[in-house]
Amino acid sequence: MERIPILRMGDLLLVTIQVDMHDRLAMTLQDDLTERIVRDSAKGVLIDISALDLVDSFIGRMISNTAAMARVLDAQTVVVGMQPAVAITLVELGLTLTGVKTALNVEKGMTLLGKNLNR
Amino acid sequence: MSTATDSAVGFETNLLERNARQRTERMSLPLRGDEDVVGLRKHVRERAVAIGLSLVDQTKLITAASELARNTIKYGGGGAAHLDKLTDGLRQGVGIVFIDNGPGIVDLTLALRDGYTTGGGLGLGLGGSKRLVDEFDIDTRPGEGTAIAVVKWKR
Repeated sequence: MERIPILRMGDLLLVTIQVDMHDRLAMTLQDDLTERIVRDSAKGVLIDISALDLVDSFIGRMISNTAAMARVLDAQTVVVGMQPAVAITLVELGLTLTGVKTALNVEKGMTLLGKNLNR
Repeated sequence: MSTATDSAVGFETNLLERNARQRTERMSLPLRGDEDVVGLRKHVRERAVAIGLSLVDQTKLITAASELARNTIKYGGGGAAHLDKLTDGLRQGVGIVFIDNGPGIVDLTLALRDGYTTGGGLGLGLGGSKRLVDEFDIDTRPGEGTAIAVVKWKR
């Protein structure tokens, strides 16, 4: 089955979404990430969406849900690299990703996670 | 075997010919499952790039197309999308007509309101899509089907 790879780095999980995801693939990623947080005792999740040229309500909801699930499992989520055109569209669509932390790029996202984890 | 046959939907609506005068090309695609939504997004992107829509307008149109295609599948039980190249004098645009044979939308005002959903979604698809395009028309009849026509013009 088609899957998006999740990399582990210390107590962080890294995901780079590089394909145009259909809905089932997005759901699989949400489930996989939640499982890996527990299995790897991860404290942080970094999702890089810089290669995504579209975030619609389904993908937006997947991101929000993942962040909420991570939170109740004692892990923080940061979404990084959103393209400006995607941000404009997302807000006009009515999605604000409430409760999801964002950073401009992977480096800033890592810094944000590091700070929040007090390392 | 042709795409036209595969994507034929019985719901009769004049929205299919809404932009007939401006239409210079039409591509018809079936909408049955998840992968069809991804396929449609790709074709819409190609059309949008071909007429030179700005990156923001491309993104808006593709996002609207994605929302409406998902609705066609989820609420309409599947259907088709007709992707049109439009030329109106010097102005060019991309039009898409989504059509299904589903149950129809009973309360359109309510369905267009942000946050209203009957399917457990976020309730942003219909109202949100309307904000992302330049023209938005709905023809829906209970028990017969739903057709939604959208257009994005090049600025």
